[in-house]
Amino acid sequence: MSTPRTSQPAVKIHDLHKSFGTVAALDGLDLVVPHGQVAGFLGPNGSGKSTTIRVLLGLLRADSGSVRLLGGDPWADAVTLHRRLAYVPGDVNLWPNLSGGEAIDLLTRLRGKVDPARRAELLERFELDPTKKARTYSKGNRQKVALVAALASDVELLVLDEPTSGLDPLMESVFTQCIQEVKAEGRSVLLSSHILAEVEKLCDTVTIIRAGRTVQSGTLDELRHLTRSTITAVTTHDPETLAGHPGVHDLVAEPATDGTRVRFDVDNDDVATVLRTLTDLGVRSLQAAPPSLEELFLRHYGDELSAMDPAGAR
Amino acid sequence: MSATLTAPSGTRGDHRTTGGPLTGLGTLLRFFLRRDRIRLSVWALSIGLLFLYAATAFATVYPTAADRQLRASLIASPAATMMAGPGYGLENYTLGAMVANEMTLTAMIAVAIMSILLIVRHTRTEEETGRAELVRAGVVGRHAPATAAFLTATVANAAIAVLSGLLLTGAGLAVVDSFALGAAVGVTGLVFAAVAVVTCQLTEHGRAASGLGLVVLGAAFLLRAIGDVQETHGSWLSWLSPIGWAQQIRAFVDLRWWPLALSLAAIVLLLLLSSALAARRDVGAGLLPPRAGRAEALPSLRSPFALAWRQQRGSLVAWGAGIGVMAFASGTFVDAAGDMVGEMAVDNPVLLELFGEQDLVDGFVAAMTTFLVLGVSAFAIASALRARGEETSGRVEPVLATTVSRTRWLGAQLAVTGIGAVILLLVAGVSLALGGLSVGVSDPSLGEYVAAAVVYLPAVAVLVGLVVALYGWRPGLAGLPWVVLAFGFLIGMFGGLLDLPTWAEGLSPLWHVPQLPGEAFDAGPLVGLSALAVALLAAGFVGFRRRDLVTT
Repeated sequence: MSTPRTSQPAVKIHDLHKSFGTVAALDGLDLVVPHGQVAGFLGPNGSGKSTTIRVLLGLLRADSGSVRLLGGDPWADAVTLHRRLAYVPGDVNLWPNLSGGEAIDLLTRLRGKVDPARRAELLERFELDPTKKARTYSKGNRQKVALVAALASDVELLVLDEPTSGLDPLMESVFTQCIQEVKAEGRSVLLSSHILAEVEKLCDTVTIIRAGRTVQSGTLDELRHLTRSTITAVTTHDPETLAGHPGVHDLVAEPATDGTRVRFDVDNDDVATVLRTLTDLGVRSLQAAPPSLEELFLRHYGDELSAMDPAGAR
Repeated sequence: MSATLTAPSGTRGDHRTTGGPLTGLGTLLRFFLRRDRIRLSVWALSIGLLFLYAATAFATVYPTAADRQLRASLIASPAATMMAGPGYGLENYTLGAMVANEMTLTAMIAVAIMSILLIVRHTRTEEETGRAELVRAGVVGRHAPATAAFLTATVANAAIAVLSGLLLTGAGLAVVDSFALGAAVGVTGLVFAAVAVVTCQLTEHGRAASGLGLVVLGAAFLLRAIGDVQETHGSWLSWLSPIGWAQQIRAFVDLRWWPLALSLAAIVLLLLLSSALAARRDVGAGLLPPRAGRAEALPSLRSPFALAWRQQRGSLVAWGAGIGVMAFASGTFVDAAGDMVGEMAVDNPVLLELFGEQDLVDGFVAAMTTFLVLGVSAFAIASALRARGEETSGRVEPVLATTVSRTRWLGAQLAVTGIGAVILLLVAGVSLALGGLSVGVSDPSLGEYVAAAVVYLPAVAVLVGLVVALYGWRPGLAGLPWVVLAFGFLIGMFGGLLDLPTWAEGLSPLWHVPQLPGEAFDAGPLVGLSALAVALLAAGFVGFRRRDLVTT
C-alpha cells in the first residue's frame, strides 16, 4: 500500500447535497466509515444509497457538502484514490462477449496488482465457473464476478452496493466470512443494504438514511434500542403487569380460548426481565420474531404511513 | 402469418379453448405501434417527402425534354447506374421515369433499414434484455411477438406506400404508376422485415441480427448493381435481388405488376422458414449454442483500449468484409466507365468534349469512393456511440471505479474508432484498386485510389467529433450525427440534382473533401475539417470530464 494506513476515517461525508434536475436525491447526508471497520449503510430503495456511493467514486459530482475519501477528494483525485479501493455495483452488468474469468482479470488488472492464488481460492469458495460467457450468467453469478474481482484486490476500502441481493443463503454466508476476513486484516468496508440481519451480522457502525438524509447513525450498540423483537404469547393470567414494564412497547392484548393473547415489542436489552415477567404470568405458548428492517423503517416512516392510511393512525 | 392458427383440435367448448400460438397478438400489435408511433411517423414522412421533393426538384432542374435526355446520357454511366436502377425509359426520359430510375433505390434502402431495425428492436433485442420473458410469461402465444412485429412493419410500409403514391400523384405524375412505385417500395421493405425475422432466430444478439439483415441488404444492392451495369435493364443477376424485382416493374415507362409477386413469394417463404426455426429454439437462445470462454484473460487484456478493441473487433471485421466486397465489385466496372465514352460520343459529341475518357474513369472512382466513405462514416459513428452504450448499460462504472480516468477511457474508445476508420478507408481504396486491376485497368494507380479514400479521414473525424461533443455535453443527443450522415448520403447520391444552395450542401462534412483523383488536391478544406474535428473532440472530452455519469 502506497499510503500508510492512518486512523483517519476511510469515508467522511458531511451535509452532502445532490439534485438531478428538480429532484433532490441527497439532501444533507452524513456518513462516516471509520478506519478498519465495517460500516452498514441502510435505507429503502430510492433513498439515495447508490447516489452516495457514485459520488464517492467520482462518477457523480456533489452539488454541495464535504466529501473525503481515504483522505482525498473523490472527484479531483479519483484515479489515485481508486488504486486503494474496490467497488461492487448493485446491478452488475458485464461485457457480453467476455467470460466471467476474463472480466475478473480485466477489472483486477485495471486496479493494479493481481494475486492469482487469491483469485482461484475465491472462485472456488463462490463456486463460480469462470469460463461461462457473461450473458449466460444469472444475476447472482454476475454479482459473484464483481465480488471476486473486488475481494481479490489488495485494497484499503471495499465499497459494496447491496452485494448480496442476488446471492442464495449459502453464498451469503460465504460472503459474510469473506467480509469478516477483510475486517480482520484491518481493511474498511462500506456495505449498503436493505437487510438488517446482514448489517447486524457484519457491521460495527450503521447509518440509516431516508429520502437522501441521515436519520440514525452510530455503533450497533448505540442503535440497540432500534432493534426490538416482537413477542407473541398466550398467558393464563391477566397480562396487566407487562404494560408497566419499561422494555415493552405497543402492547396489544385480546382474549383467546385458553387465556389472553398478547403481542408486543421488546427492547433486546430487556428480553431477560420481560421473559421472567411472562413466566410469572403462566406462559402457554411463546413466539419471538427478530426485528425486521420493515419494522425499523415503519418506526421512522410511520408518520408518513399513518398520514396515508387513516385507519392505521391510532 | 405462416404460423397458421392451428385450428382448435377436438371439440372443446370454445370459451375454454387454450390459446393458440398467436394469442395476445392484438394487444402486442397495439403496444408496438404505440411504442413506435413517433419513430415510424418520422420514417414515413421523410421517405414520402423525399419523393415529393425529388419530383419537384427534377421538374425545376430539368424543365425540357432535351435537359432530361442529357441527364439520361449521364445516368447511363456505370457509376450512376450502380446508384440508380436498370434504366427503363432512358430513350424518352420523362419526369416519372427519372423518379423511378433515380430515387427508388434510396427509398428502398431506407425502408429496408427501417424494417430490419424495427423487427430486431421488437423481437431479438427484447429477448436479449429479458423483457420478452415478462411478455411471454403472460397469456401470449409462441409466435405472437414476432407476428406482431411483422404486422407493425406491414403497417409502417403500407403507410409509406400510400403516402408515396399520394405525394407523387400530387406532384403531377400518373396515378397508377405512382401507387405502383409506392407499393414496390413498401413490399421491398416487407421482404427485408421478413429477412430480419429469420436473422433474429439465428443469433442471440440484437446487434448481430440487424447486422446480418444489413448484410443481406448489401448483397441485394450489389447483385442488382452488378446486373444493371452488365446489361441495360438488368441481367439475370438483377433478378436475384428483391431490390431488382421492385425496379423491374418499369413504373412510369411500361408498368407491369408481376415482379412484385416474386417479393410476396419471398416474404411467405422467409416467414415459413422463420417459424420453422423458431419452433426449434428457446426464448432468449439462438440456434447456435454459446461457447465457453477462457477461464483466464490473455495477458494483453489489461487496458481500456484492449477492452474496447475486444468489444469492437468483430464488427470491424464485418464492416471490412462488407466494404471490401462492395469496393472490389465496384472496381471491376472501371473499364465499363471507359467504354461508355465511345457509346456516348456517338449520341452526343458535346459530351466527349466535356469529359475525356480519363475524366470519366476518375469521376467513376471518385463517385464510388464517396459512396464507400458513407459506409466508413456509418461505422465510425456507430463505433463512437458505443461509449454511450457502455455508459447507459452501467458497464463503464466498474471500469471507472478502477484507476482508469475518464479521459483515458474515452480516449481508448475513440482510438478504436479512429484505427477502425483508417483501416476501413484503406480497405475501400485498395479493394477498389484491386477490382480495377482485375479487369486490366492500371490507371489510376493503387496510390491514387488509396489517396482518394484516405483524404476523407478529416471529414469522418468531424462526424466522430460531433458524436463526442454531443456525448460530452448532451449525451441524449449523441445520435444526432446519424442525421448529418443521412444528409451527406443524399448530397453524395444526388448532388446538384436536388438543387440545394451551396451552404446547405456544406452542412455535410463529406461535401468539402476534394474528389480525387478527378479533382485537384486542395489542402485548405482538409486543414479546416481537421481543425474542426480537433475542436469538437476537445470540447467533448472537456464536457465528459465535467458531467455526471448517466446511471440507469
